[in-house]
Amino acid sequence: MRFRAKMVDVGCLNNFTRIVHTISKLTKMCTLRLTVHNLYFMLSEKVGSGGVSMWCELSQGNFFDEFQLEGMAPDANEIYLELVPENLSRALRTTQHAKSLKIKLTKKHCPCLTVAADLPSLSSLSRVVTHDIPVDVIPRKLWQDFKEPSVPDFDVSIYLPPLKTMKNVIDRMKNLSNFLVLEANKNGEMNLKIETDLVSVSTHFKDLGNPPWDDDDSQGGSQECAKMAQVRVDIKRLQQFLTSQQVNPNKAVCNIVRERIVHFILLHEDVSLQYFIPAVG
Amino acid sequence: MRPLFLWSLLTPIRNSTTVDGNNAPCCDKEFISVGEEEDEPIGSGMVPANGVLYESRLLVLTEVKSVVRHLVPQTMDCTVTGSNVKVLAKAVHSLSRLGDELYLEPQENGLALRTVNSSRSAYACFLFSPLFFQKYSSSQNSVLRCKMAIKSVQAVFKSLSSLEKTVEKCHIELDNQKSRLTFTLHCKHGLLKTHNLSFQDSESLQAVFDKGSCNNVLTAQPKLLVDTVLHFPPSLEEVTLSVNNERVWFRNHVEEDIELSKAMMTELCLSAEEFDQFTVGTHTEITFCLKELRGMLGFAESSSLPVSMYFDEPGRPVVFSLTDSILEVNFVLASLSEDSQPHNQSNKNAKRHPAPYVPDEFMNDDMDSYIIALETSEIAGNSDLPPPPKDPLILQQSKSKKHQCKPMVQSEGLDEDEQQEEEGKTMEENDRPPNKKFRSLFFGSVLPVSSQRTNKTLQSQEILASDSEEETALESP
Repeated sequence: MRFRAKMVDVGCLNNFTRIVHTISKLTKMCTLRLTVHNLYFMLSEKVGSGGVSMWCELSQGNFFDEFQLEGMAPDANEIYLELVPENLSRALRTTQHAKSLKIKLTKKHCPCLTVAADLPSLSSLSRVVTHDIPVDVIPRKLWQDFKEPSVPDFDVSIYLPPLKTMKNVIDRMKNLSNFLVLEANKNGEMNLKIETDLVSVSTHFKDLGNPPWDDDDSQGGSQECAKMAQVRVDIKRLQQFLTSQQVNPNKAVCNIVRERIVHFILLHEDVSLQYFIPAVG
Repeated sequence: MRPLFLWSLLTPIRNSTTVDGNNAPCCDKEFISVGEEEDEPIGSGMVPANGVLYESRLLVLTEVKSVVRHLVPQTMDCTVTGSNVKVLAKAVHSLSRLGDELYLEPQENGLALRTVNSSRSAYACFLFSPLFFQKYSSSQNSVLRCKMAIKSVQAVFKSLSSLEKTVEKCHIELDNQKSRLTFTLHCKHGLLKTHNLSFQDSESLQAVFDKGSCNNVLTAQPKLLVDTVLHFPPSLEEVTLSVNNERVWFRNHVEEDIELSKAMMTELCLSAEEFDQFTVGTHTEITFCLKELRGMLGFAESSSLPVSMYFDEPGRPVVFSLTDSILEVNFVLASLSEDSQPHNQSNKNAKRHPAPYVPDEFMNDDMDSYIIALETSEIAGNSDLPPPPKDPLILQQSKSKKHQCKPMVQSEGLDEDEQQEEEGKTMEENDRPPNKKFRSLFFGSVLPVSSQRTNKTLQSQEILASDSEEETALESP
């Protein structure tokens, strides 16, 4: 089992660092899946994380100049590693000016993902910084737990407003209530509502637009379109999701399954991130 | 006799003074011989031959001293102007990151600001020469030493940016009579901010260290060191530095209590060429506390003065030093002592740092067998899994609790070592053992923590005694 990759482009390095930083803000531990073509950061739903799950997919060709992988077995040419993304984020953050960056799977005191960077220096010999990030190799047996989540059978799909705006609103709402109701309809309208004994606050967004999914048969009457699909979620999870995003993605979609789950899809420069927040009673 | 003359009689010669609760010199000190004529030069010497006469004279002198103290003002008066105010402020902030108390001592060669951390494993001293000040005067024949909470002094120099813009002059006045230290900031538009701080008389705080005797000296621009520490998380306590003739490695030190498999290891390698001076007499590896150093690096960066590191073998303190014509800064940090034999240490170095930097480190075959074992294990949980094969090249970090640091102090007739052992024991008995396992080292002063100390008879003691059960090695200095 071997993995070795090299990155030399500063832009790629910055982007990769940003993505890993986002992941580190979403979860304490996650699974990194390495295949010949892609990298995946995955989190399957766990009670500990409030039932949220995450799936982030990036094409390795967009980042690495060299990429060599020998998976677990010839017929399973993949590697699954459990790691703390904060460690990886920290390692990458200090290498932003690197002339080149290598990531490889090694065995030091335990299985590690080693990030080694050649940094510019005052002398002819470059400075070398090496970070050994401990990882757990996930046995093949457990790989089935990490299947790509399917898009749920949603009631409403809508484009999100600018994430920063949403975040500002939710930051303030968080002080007032633990739960938030997110609702949207097929007319491009979305509301964020909180309600407590003392106060109720709601923020309305209009003209957001609804993405055209293939099987969209909701050409029904305006009444049908105006009907809101609601889901009540833990406000902290939503806030965590919004805080983790550092840039406004090219595309941001929200799928709502009434009273069940809300599914966010963010697409930015060929990197996709899906995040599921379940409804709370 | 004129009070001034009498006062001179009473001043003991030695710099470090043992004081009792009343701040009067203790009786078992040398005193200057009394001259008959007023303008006879005061010199040091032993007590007069006549024992009886001495005793009575001694009593007189002691009594008079307390009277005289009030007649002769002990003062220090100095003024700092312009950008030096900011330098002074930065020094205070830098010291505050190390210790809680500021020791201020006006000396002939300048004003010394010192501090020590709570576990006595780090010491810092900023010595501002008289040239640093627009005006510097301290009463010649008095020994003023005071200490105060560093937070109070920090409050005087609160906001560095506004200091720069508004403060034109800072006047510092020390009045021992009233036990008052006054900082007067002369600001723009005629605004005067006066801070009156009270202080305690204190013992001398002086670390004994000899930079000249260190085998290894590295000097670099502060930016190099600042960039180096950036690679380590702010929370990192200890860092290990390894050096050979061409390179130096910094890596984070992991306590053995923490599961090694969870710890992220970071290592930075710098070549000798990046240093202004790179003198390595002994290939060595030392571990010291990074946290305490950060305060100094902040100051160094703003001063743009090169930073020199002086160090030797593990256990001996590391000294970080900045000097120019008007300022001398020394940070002395204890280092972890290796309990392994010297030959082990050189082996470690050899194994850890093979001559060429090996860029490819793939998982070896052992890993594959581990994977196979993983797959064939019946339960997917951890319980049945074999442990990952141990890498024979795992660097053995210095073993846990046996942290001894060789004291640097040369006893000045007082048994420092015994005091240290006491302190070590006291700390363990009374409090939790200090978080940092570096033991108190190298101070030339006595801290009368308990009254028992001062009455203790002086006994010779083994220099090093361990505070843990498993300890065996006792080394003579």
